[in-house]
Amino acid sequence: MTARTPFPPRRLARPLALALLVVGFSALLLGRAQAGGGHYYPPVADPVVREECGSCHLAFAPSMLPARSWQKMMGELQNHFGDDASVEPATARRIADYLVANAGDSAAGRPYAGKLLRGVPPEAAPQRISELPKWRKEHREVPDWEWRHKEVRTRANCLACHTAAERGYYDD
Amino acid sequence: MQPTALRRLAAGIALGLALPLAAAAPRDDLLAAYAAAAKAANPAFAGFSAERGQTLHTRQFAGGKPDTPACTSCHGPDVRGPGRTPAGKAVEAMAVSVNPSRYADPAKVEKWFKRNCNEVLGRECTPQEKGDWLSFMSAR
Ligand code: HEC
Ligand code: HEC
Ligand code: HEC
Repeated sequence: MTARTPFPPRRLARPLALALLVVGFSALLLGRAQAGGGHYYPPVADPVVREECGSCHLAFAPSMLPARSWQKMMGELQNHFGDDASVEPATARRIADYLVANAGDSAAGRPYAGKLLRGVPPEAAPQRISELPKWRKEHREVPDWEWRHKEVRTRANCLACHTAAERGYYDD
Repeated sequence: MQPTALRRLAAGIALGLALPLAAAAPRDDLLAAYAAAAKAANPAFAGFSAERGQTLHTRQFAGGKPDTPACTSCHGPDVRGPGRTPAGKAVEAMAVSVNPSRYADPAKVEKWFKRNCNEVLGRECTPQEKGDWLSFMSAR
């Protein structure tokens, strides 16, 4: 934690912001995240998927998107959010099979997806977990400066706030 | 010394010798392939330079993505320490001295050279640049 604060000084008047300075950024998020009900999203178990989809960011839980989202993504890896995430065709097939089999609307993934896919139109193939209506709702109370904090920087950085995300837990 | 203990000692020595050799072989093969390609592209090529590799690793480029202008943007300022991607994923140290398992899979090395050079320089790295960079990491 550096001495520089990422939020405007007027926020300093708020007890919450003062607590943040004392306790530290992650501790605050931890406390807040703990307030909600727990939910388990099984982490990626396939070592190839973990390696190929978990080097640049958290290997996102397959049950957090529907199968059609993963299918679309796996067909466009060359231009993956501006990055080249392409892999050999045989590897791509293996990854796609795994993600689809464990997707949030598949037999294996549905029990875990909970309400996360609620509100996604049946024809839509959202590419971001962080743009799902339900995800937005869960995170609407996270203030703007928190997203811009240098330890977060992007909504895709689940690990900054959910330190147990790699084990499938988002309530800590 | 018991014969079994002797055998164990001999096996230990053989293993101790074989492991570093096995780990270094793919890296040596890669360097040899980069050298051959560098020589073909430029007959005046006179070998790799860890110093040039260091410059490549630390230089700020303008041709790639604005949020990752240098290799150090993700691999961190210290090659013997960890780095972090923009999406917050930790990346293990790149220096061979602290991370001997690195650069053991040529396909992996090539995959990441392609991705990361495009990311940072906005183009692929030349065989000479790859060899220089790998020489730098091997010397650290
Ligand atoms: C800036 C910090 C931050 C980031 C980054 C973040 N979250 Fe959250 N998340 C929170 C907070 C705060 C809550 C609300 C916790 C609560 O009320 O229980 C939450 C809630 C959740 C919940 C509901 C928890 C539950 O127990 O049901 C899920 C699921 C979740 N986040 C997933 C993610 C995923 C996936 C990512 C990355 C794509 C992510 N979050 C990124 C802070 C963050
Ligand atoms: C070369 C790096 C790289 C690799 C490899 C990679 N990704 Fe990504 N991925 C990114 C980037 C960059 C983003 C955008 C992050 C951001 O918004 O900050 C992203 C975003 C995502 C998102 C959306 C996150 C959100 O905001 O909800 C998903 C889902 C995703 N990737 C899945 C995958 C899968 C599946 C694979 C394996 C086939 C993969 N990624 C491999 C770089 C990569
Ligand atoms: C956007 C973040 C990012 C940038 C910038 C980046 N790298 Fe990487 N690099 C990674 C990730 C992630 C990995 C894979 C994870 C790992 O191997 O620990 C990796 C792996 C590598 C590997 C393969 C290592 C191995 O063990 O086989 C090489 C080679 C490499 N990078 C070279 C470079 C070079 C050269 C540059 C600068 C031109 C660079 N990287 C810039 C993120 C980055």
